[in-house]
Amino acid sequence: MADSPLVVEHQEALHHQFVDAEQQRNAASLGMWLFLGTEVMFFGGMFCAYLIYRLWYYPEFAAGSRSLDIWLGTVNTAVLICSSLTVALGVRAAQMGKRRLLVLLLLLTLVFGLGFLGIKAVEWHDKFVEHHVPGISFNADDLMRDNPQIHIDPAHTQIYFSLYFAMTGLHALHMIIGVGIFCYLTYYGWKGRYTPEYHTPVEIGGLYWHFVDLIWIYLFPLLYLIDRHR
Amino acid sequence: MATATTIPVEREHYLNTDYGIRSWLLATDHKRIALLYLVTITLFFFIGGFFALLIRLELLTPAGDLVLADTYNKLFTMHGQVMVFFFLIPSIPAVLGNFLVPMMVGARDLAFPRINLLSWYLLVVAGLVMLHCIITGGVDSGWTFYTPFSTAFSNTKVIEAGLAIFIAGFSSILTGLNFVVTIHRMRAPGLTWSRLPLFIWAHYATSIIQLLGTPVLAITLLLVVFERAFHLGIFDPTRGGDPLLFQHLFWFYSHPAVYIMILPAMGVVAEIIPCFSRKRIFGYSAVAMSSIAIAVFGFLVWAHHMFVAGISLYSAMIFSILSYLVAVPSAIKVFNWTATMYKGSIHFDTPMLYAMGFIGLFTVGGLTGLFLAALGIDVHVTDTYFVIAHFHYIMVGGAVMGYLGGLHFWWPKISGRLYPEWLGKFAALTVFLGFNLTFFPQFILGYLGMPRRYWQYPPEFQVLNVLSTAGSTILAVGYVLPMIYFLWSMRYGKIADANPWGAAGLEWKTASPPPTENFEEIPEVTWEAYNYDEIPAGGTGWPIAHS
Amino acid sequence: MSEPILSSKLYVGIWAALMVLTVITATVAFVDLGPFNTVVALVIATLKALLVVLFFMHVKYASERLTKMVIVCSLFWLLILLFLSLADYHWRGHG
Repeated sequence: MADSPLVVEHQEALHHQFVDAEQQRNAASLGMWLFLGTEVMFFGGMFCAYLIYRLWYYPEFAAGSRSLDIWLGTVNTAVLICSSLTVALGVRAAQMGKRRLLVLLLLLTLVFGLGFLGIKAVEWHDKFVEHHVPGISFNADDLMRDNPQIHIDPAHTQIYFSLYFAMTGLHALHMIIGVGIFCYLTYYGWKGRYTPEYHTPVEIGGLYWHFVDLIWIYLFPLLYLIDRHR
Repeated sequence: MATATTIPVEREHYLNTDYGIRSWLLATDHKRIALLYLVTITLFFFIGGFFALLIRLELLTPAGDLVLADTYNKLFTMHGQVMVFFFLIPSIPAVLGNFLVPMMVGARDLAFPRINLLSWYLLVVAGLVMLHCIITGGVDSGWTFYTPFSTAFSNTKVIEAGLAIFIAGFSSILTGLNFVVTIHRMRAPGLTWSRLPLFIWAHYATSIIQLLGTPVLAITLLLVVFERAFHLGIFDPTRGGDPLLFQHLFWFYSHPAVYIMILPAMGVVAEIIPCFSRKRIFGYSAVAMSSIAIAVFGFLVWAHHMFVAGISLYSAMIFSILSYLVAVPSAIKVFNWTATMYKGSIHFDTPMLYAMGFIGLFTVGGLTGLFLAALGIDVHVTDTYFVIAHFHYIMVGGAVMGYLGGLHFWWPKISGRLYPEWLGKFAALTVFLGFNLTFFPQFILGYLGMPRRYWQYPPEFQVLNVLSTAGSTILAVGYVLPMIYFLWSMRYGKIADANPWGAAGLEWKTASPPPTENFEEIPEVTWEAYNYDEIPAGGTGWPIAHS
Repeated sequence: MSEPILSSKLYVGIWAALMVLTVITATVAFVDLGPFNTVVALVIATLKALLVVLFFMHVKYASERLTKMVIVCSLFWLLILLFLSLADYHWRGHG
């Protein structure tokens, strides 16, 4: 397995409460899946709010959606899909004991993740400049101008943007945590800790990253693609 | 001639294996973490109880003469928040569950001991934030945080309280996660699902609720915090927001939360009743499946808290029917416990007194829930003392008595000592009497129309309020007594052997207190649960040596 | 549970499918399909999600039913929240 003199023989430390390594692995995997289940419900609350207000205030949601930059959104979606590929290939590299490849793929994942966050920062900045941030400086005049044929209530567009910022904000926070986790994995991957026998952290870190991608897969059409053909 | 004197070396167990504050604050042993939780939640119980006493003092007289109206709002808010989130939700799972779940499944610890410790620290941090909030002005929105009052109009520390509860929620989620993984992955050889103690089934069901429901509370409180901090408009009616949306999201968690609070207590009762009836539990499968059914159906009834809030009539009807359905599994459990006692050899030790009290008081509380589930009745008694009496019968008459019964039952295992049995009985009776005197008059008050959350009331309600306050002082005595004699017993109590009650269950097969690793050797289970026909009476210390 | 090692070709293939679906969903959004715009967008999103869950997250090759149970239960519970809340809004009429 060692493809570098830096690799340290790391025996998976069997924690005392487990009978064997397989039990420990299965426990970690189940634990992460259960945690992802809780995250489904966490984001689910916001999806519930989104669903109801979209039904109530469709014109305003459509106007708000059209004011988002669809190309940045699409690029970001692609970026996350690429990152999921590098994560999946990274887990594979760990399964095969290819330390250098694993580290490279983890680094690429970090690059994609940071790229996503960078593009998101640009989008948020645009919203700030356009006075679409809810609160005192919110101003929907440009939306009303751009959508003369439908009646827009500026108060209702604030709700769209409130949800936009809450949902993308919490998603970005999860992304940042993911970046942190992958920095940890990259470091210990480089140290040679992950072997074909023991790479559970890479697996479960990967599951978390894929989940964050999944949330975005739904956020993209729900926030960016409302009534675009007008 | 030298006489060889052998100084008895104390057997090593989880309490004496290491000393010092670091060994406790960095403990990963589930048994030590359980005790850390015990101290923490007892502290919060007293804080919440202190607010309750102030409320009852104010309500001694019809006039609002003890505190200002705004202060009164803070009192009932903080009583509710502290009691629900910092006492009831953790109580049995974090103390008894943490201690017993690994032992009952024949494991050496929970699946993730460090996450277990993190759970405790999260509760402590949350508690500190809550305490800071209380000390620097408190919050007056009601424990239910209804919008737009909490988001737009309240002048109190809503953000801080919301964040405190948000953090406490993660403590709850992680505990649930630990239990589910442990129960699925770490059962001893031969311990099939149908041989598990019902305490485990109850905690499994509770953990499912914690995992699926608490995140929704988390996001809801976060949205309230964001709305207040960043002036979002999600719940603001002036900007098209819907206050009912908040209520839907809030109650989606907070109704199942009450099952988080009661299911573990039911698990405790299911352990105590067979032991003190010397009989197998009647209808094991029915009780086990009922726990799961309560967890599932409990998620389908939340809008019964919103019948008069403005939801549609059709949706109210659906939630009303579902609320009737959710009572069925609870009733099944009550019938099964009672059938277990039938023709059993009943021993009225303290744990049994609490368990029997639980059955009676939970039944009253549960039945009054059915009254509230009926739309026609709810319109009249909602937001009155009828509701308050209903949920206190379940939460206090049910959950707290289950908790106390469990503490008494497993005390010898936890501490290696016996508490003084006569004092235990006396305290149990005091609690029972004090409880009923406090809360039964409240059913009548509610029925007669006294609203909740009001700091003054018409003079004709005074007599019942005085009775209720008198009861609360008796109840307080009943709660303080166990605290004193449990502490006393740790030093002066009679030493307990491995199984003073002659109880079934793997935890009784190891020493009291248990060694850090729980078992010398992991047992292989070949017997069914509650095999009381095989456990000899008196073989392992039955009847118990009373101190 | 030793997980099977999937070929990198498979992963790249799934990646390509995801990219294609992304392009499709972005371009179809500009075509007027009336109420079906939303349906198509969500169907495509769900297809993408399935690809990620089944292949990238190895669920297709998971030997245990428990993993699938966790996923199904989480989604089911989310649907409880969405549907029962929506029922109230539907019968209440518009705000």
